[in-house]
Amino acid sequence: MGTYDVLIIGGGITGTAIARELSRYQIKIALIEKEEELAFGVSKSNSGIIHPGTQNPPASLKGKLCVQGNKLTRELAKELGVDFKEVGELIVIFKAEEMGELLRIKNEAEALGVPRLKIVDRAWLDEKEPNLSKNAVAALYAPTAGIISPYRMVYDLSENALKNGVEIYHLRRVIKINVMPSEKTFEVVTSREAFRSRFVINAAGLFADEISRMVGVADFAIRPRKGEEFLLDKKREHITNHLLFPLPSPISKGILVIKTSDGNPMIGPTAEDIEDKTDLSTSEEGLKKVLEGVQKLVPSISEDDIIAYFAGLRPVAGDDFIIRHEDKVPGFINVAGVQSPGLTAAPAIALMVKNLLKKNGLQLKKKLVFQLHRKSTVHLFAVPFSQTKELIRQDPAYGEIICRCEMVSAKEVRDAIGRGATTLDGIKFRTRAQAGRCHGGFCTTRVMKIMAEELKLPLTEITKRGRGSEIINEERHG
Amino acid sequence: MIKKITCIECPQGCRLEVDVEGGYVVKVTGNKCEKGEVYAKQEIENPMRILTSSVLTKGLKIIMVPVRTSRPIPKARLLIAMEEVKKILLDHPVRVGEIIIPDFLGLGVDLISTRDAI
Amino acid sequence: MDKRDLVVVGAGPAGMAAAISAYESGVKDILLLERDQYLGGILNQCIHPGFGLHHFKEDLTGPEYADRFMKKIQTLPEIEISLRSFAVNLTREKVLIYLRPGEMKEIKAKALIMATGCRERTREMVHIPGARPAGIYPAGLAQKMINIEGWLPGKEMVIVGSGDIGLIMARRFTLEGAKVKAVVEIQKETRGLIRNVVQCLEDFDIPLYFRHQISKIYGKDRVEKVEVTAVDTGTKFELTCDTVLISVGLIPENELIEMAGVEIAGEINRTSLPGLFVCGNSYKVYDLVDWVTRDSARAGEMAAAYLRDLG
Repeated sequence: MGTYDVLIIGGGITGTAIARELSRYQIKIALIEKEEELAFGVSKSNSGIIHPGTQNPPASLKGKLCVQGNKLTRELAKELGVDFKEVGELIVIFKAEEMGELLRIKNEAEALGVPRLKIVDRAWLDEKEPNLSKNAVAALYAPTAGIISPYRMVYDLSENALKNGVEIYHLRRVIKINVMPSEKTFEVVTSREAFRSRFVINAAGLFADEISRMVGVADFAIRPRKGEEFLLDKKREHITNHLLFPLPSPISKGILVIKTSDGNPMIGPTAEDIEDKTDLSTSEEGLKKVLEGVQKLVPSISEDDIIAYFAGLRPVAGDDFIIRHEDKVPGFINVAGVQSPGLTAAPAIALMVKNLLKKNGLQLKKKLVFQLHRKSTVHLFAVPFSQTKELIRQDPAYGEIICRCEMVSAKEVRDAIGRGATTLDGIKFRTRAQAGRCHGGFCTTRVMKIMAEELKLPLTEITKRGRGSEIINEERHG
Repeated sequence: MIKKITCIECPQGCRLEVDVEGGYVVKVTGNKCEKGEVYAKQEIENPMRILTSSVLTKGLKIIMVPVRTSRPIPKARLLIAMEEVKKILLDHPVRVGEIIIPDFLGLGVDLISTRDAI
Repeated sequence: MDKRDLVVVGAGPAGMAAAISAYESGVKDILLLERDQYLGGILNQCIHPGFGLHHFKEDLTGPEYADRFMKKIQTLPEIEISLRSFAVNLTREKVLIYLRPGEMKEIKAKALIMATGCRERTREMVHIPGARPAGIYPAGLAQKMINIEGWLPGKEMVIVGSGDIGLIMARRFTLEGAKVKAVVEIQKETRGLIRNVVQCLEDFDIPLYFRHQISKIYGKDRVEKVEVTAVDTGTKFELTCDTVLISVGLIPENELIEMAGVEIAGEINRTSLPGLFVCGNSYKVYDLVDWVTRDSARAGEMAAAYLRDLG
């Protein structure tokens, strides 16, 4: 295997953004991920919001990198063929006394460089956000907020990184790291093999503190902060026109009405500090809290609209991101505590990490040939019927519908497998099959059969998200 | 001893109390009609059930063919019958109603296909 | 664009009855679309008896009931069958788009009968809190797995809901070698037939808990256990299991007519668009297929009458 120049630990939005950025240069890069597929950690529960930069602690990395990231994400989305929509956001107040707080948020954001903020009144809200509660008195309008699919972003970043020479290894959990300062190398021992690298980037999300401790840097702890989110039926897509926020609390941006890239509105998240880094359970209390919160904003949202729910864990390390080269352990860079606005900041984080590497001795020479663009993934549901005919003519398998709720074809499922999906969740995140209102009631058996064929696996080895989550127990044999 | 069962001969679903001695029905109460008495006797002394299941195929267009016993078989034999069904590999086409295994388990009933499988 | 007199979307019991009835009422140009590779719809996976007691005065299994209609349709060349055909769009002008491997077709129909059936309520819709491991399936999906594919989804099951599908699957999986630990029902009586309670649960000593609900699902990657709570007393107990089947009701599938901005309205099978009819489970959820046949045949007659009036 040889020695790498850079080893990235963690295959979420942070790790893959860094990998893609570094793949511009003539260096040998590997990314290792402990789960069966990328984005299966913190990133899969992301809300998909590209924040404008409001509500960040002053003089924080979060603020600076969010504003920078908001601009960079647009370019990146174009290069990778990911759908980005600028929808704008409204931070809503219900009492005239709250205007002071709203103005404070506006001023802090403007100091960071967030553009085009303005306070809007009841008349503006009546016209532009008709389903917003009539109790709202005013709002701060941030037009540069956008939405994107977080896991499709991770997969598309990783595909482009792969194309540009990055090696990606799944199912590699880091067990220990041997620091060898005389050789200026790290030996990262995983559950499979050991990787040697000159530089190590710790982008391990919820487990970044444990990884950092392995090299003797133990001055931060990652505390999981659970957020429960609830997806509404796609029929309610146009219930709002902007992302809706209440005033923030000390620990979170609040319970939101979110527009997602796939069309389903999402409500939540809650914010609950917990101990267990693997506890992704949802609760009755969570549902109550979220409904209470969103019904203040949009009274017509009801429990009947909910078609799915899940929980995510924010990797909290204090108030800000921890992005630093560890001078006590030269060559080791921590990228920890990347909670909101981590998705937005990702391309800016990648640039900051690149600069840290350069400053600390990594020669960065640009590649002569760098594949800047990635061809957009075809989603039949996003294609107008005038083009559908042509697609089917080119490949008959576009006409074979596998997922009825989201109109996903066999060709798209096979392509997703070809691009790295090895689990049902991986196919769901890439294609939307199983993500519709029937939750796989129709398509699960069909998707599994395609997977068994393409991956050459027995059906009993097809999993939801990796070993241990097999879908069936037995298959009748002759 | 007294056994309590529900009669299923009609939607009423009368709760029956059946006096059973030595495996035979001595007395039935709780039934609103004579069907209940007949049902109780059959159910206690010799309960029978139609078995429906599916059989694995080889070389046919559908993977599993649904099957049934042509008449009810003793309830006590259901699980053994299933073991036999699971061993079957149907490698020739069948039509609805066609016998797949005659005199299944020696019980005097046939195992028949309930679907065309070509 | 192709033009057809009558297009029937769905060749389950509803669509087949409607198509045959339309033909018998004088319609001679009928296109019957079916997304699967065979006719019969959901009946193909309902391999248990109880079908046709009223319509045929016989106790048939689902596939046997479907077969009667399939055989009839095969004798009628005026009913053109298009398999693996998925309707994806419908407009108010009665233009239907459907996809097939290798083809996209657009047809203008004079009359349409939607017989697209229903889908199951999922775990999410009844909001069962807890983890999200593999092993939680709508009962109908589990039924499809075992009866159509020959797959056993798990070895130790808890079934949520005492409707007929849940009861039938309790028996089916017990016969296939799984242990069904309980059926949990939030109401105080079963939603299914007494016959099924006796022959699916009592026959196999499967406990049925009334006024109980699953209050939490546990399991990191695959279901490990569930917490069951008595609704009236709050008493809780746990059941280890690797599978949870959800059988809590069906929802008519009407996305296509909604796309066209049309609603079900007026007398049975009618919609707010003249010439567009809905029948079977996509009209309302039926408990017996015999009534689906009866009402869908009426839909076929209504479509025929509409076409006659058009001239």
